[in-house]
Amino acid sequence: MKNEKENALQPDVPLDIARWGFPSHYDVSLKKDSDDIFEDSRVIVNIGPTHPAMHGAFRCMAKLNGEIIEKSYCEFGYTHRAKEKLGENRTYHQFIVYTDRLNYCSSLINNVTYALSVERLMGVEVPERATWIRMICAELARVIDHLICVGINAVDLGAFSYFLYGYHQREKAYTLIEQLCGARLTTSYTRIGGLMYDAPEGWEKDVKAWVKETRDVIDEMDRLLTDNRIWLNRTKNVAVFNKEQCLNYSFTGPNARAAGVDIDLRRDQPCMFYDKMDFDVPIARVGDVFDRYYVRMEEMKQSLNIISQCCDKIRSGPIWSEDKRVRIPEKAAVYNTMEGLIHHFKFFMTGFNVPPGEAYTAFEAANGELGFYIVSKGDVNAHRMRIRSPSFWHYQGLSPMIQGGYIADLVAALGSINVIAGELDR
Amino acid sequence: MNVKTLIPGNYGYFPEKFGEIWNQQIESILAEFSSGVEKVLKPGQDATDLPILYVKKAIAHSFLQTLKEKYNYSFLTDMTAVDEQNDPRFELVFHLMNPETKARIRIKVRLSENEKIGTFIPLWAGANWAEREIYDMFGISFEGHPDLRRILMDVRWEGHPLRKDYPLRGYQVFLNPEPIDPELLK
Repeated sequence: MKNEKENALQPDVPLDIARWGFPSHYDVSLKKDSDDIFEDSRVIVNIGPTHPAMHGAFRCMAKLNGEIIEKSYCEFGYTHRAKEKLGENRTYHQFIVYTDRLNYCSSLINNVTYALSVERLMGVEVPERATWIRMICAELARVIDHLICVGINAVDLGAFSYFLYGYHQREKAYTLIEQLCGARLTTSYTRIGGLMYDAPEGWEKDVKAWVKETRDVIDEMDRLLTDNRIWLNRTKNVAVFNKEQCLNYSFTGPNARAAGVDIDLRRDQPCMFYDKMDFDVPIARVGDVFDRYYVRMEEMKQSLNIISQCCDKIRSGPIWSEDKRVRIPEKAAVYNTMEGLIHHFKFFMTGFNVPPGEAYTAFEAANGELGFYIVSKGDVNAHRMRIRSPSFWHYQGLSPMIQGGYIADLVAALGSINVIAGELDR
Repeated sequence: MNVKTLIPGNYGYFPEKFGEIWNQQIESILAEFSSGVEKVLKPGQDATDLPILYVKKAIAHSFLQTLKEKYNYSFLTDMTAVDEQNDPRFELVFHLMNPETKARIRIKVRLSENEKIGTFIPLWAGANWAEREIYDMFGISFEGHPDLRRILMDVRWEGHPLRKDYPLRGYQVFLNPEPIDPELLK
């Protein structure tokens, strides 16, 4: 807008119709078809930022010829919360809560990745039990995320009851997470060098029971939808993004594996105990909506395998690293000794120093490669806290993906790449 | 600098696996671009987890193209910038990955405050939004970019938030929403 300040002071100034693309009530003298802004009978359709088919606050504007999308333009940033700036101005401990709000469908994975990245920079090792619990958390969050992704994708295409099967199971998983940390969505469960609380007694048995139940549910969902003719017509060869395009647009995770990109960081760069786990990486070839759906379905089964293996191997033991720099003092010491109180105060008021250096730590999150690039200058807060979020790169691929397709397939494509606004905008 | 801090525990997989490969590759890269590489940092010697190559701006594009085509670091994992608060002010950081071996490498290009650099979209189509984000957050301009507009902030925003001298408090109020420019759909 040219006269920004004037407009800001006088909200009654008519809006520029050519820029809006639809008539505003200020201008009644408009003669020609208001959609025809290029005067070539193309229709401009604006979807979002608050539209039920857009999973979050982002926006897509499409130029249509009939039902075919000729050109589209995507915009986002409506939930930008300046996380990278906050990372530079909060201590490493304080930043844990902000990582929940990245991909809010699988916040435990974000917690785990952030904790790993700071521990890696400091050289802190966490005990075995904490690592096993973290792995269970990560896989639990992955299953939840995929359940919601395939469910919502099916809802967008009209299969509502399918979604409820998954949602029911997701609620039970949230109850398991609630037993761990008291929160369901914004968990903030990991601490640097350990965990917030130990898992309650018998928790792994509950998890194993849930795994058994979920296997049946996923099989049921599979039988319900995968061979359905309407579903196949709506998803096969729709919004194809092939291997070359995926590499060009930096796609990672299930969306890239659906097109045949054989990268899974759990297998290729095994952190924690993933190298001891027995699991497969599902790969599809075409890269259409169906492949993305089916790769997620298969990945859930593999994640359930990993969870049950972890539950077998987990043993009781400490959950905190012995490293004095990151260990949050015991409450008994805080309330009963002067030194403990000072330690507690120093820990939470000033934080701990991370030695200078830089590290990029990536982990296979539910949507793809989630990376934290932390540059430390030896201070209590990071010099640069870069969050490499998978959705940012996936959403960039939406425009080329839907070009030449039908407007109805835009909804299928958007649901299948599973763009999460919190992670996209950061 | 304490080197031992970055000796990894059970999350470490880089130096053991790729140390030899990196050393050979860095040698041959240095032989090819001897004058263009300013500095090399290696994991194990310096406090970093990946080898860092500081490249001069003039050869950045041909350097990245060589890495992409000859050494198969063809996957742009991440592209960002860091405000270093000295001269030159900014560092443009590329994280590249080899999709075959999964080896990673970090390339840095130093830029002073009002310096421009050519766009990297011909190398990776995905660099488009990454460059827009860098422009939005740091004010680094990319020459030849087709649509260099703000991406996360409002297009009318003043200032570049991730610069270190950007104020932490304050408001910029826009009463009217800014529509998408129909020119972008032409």
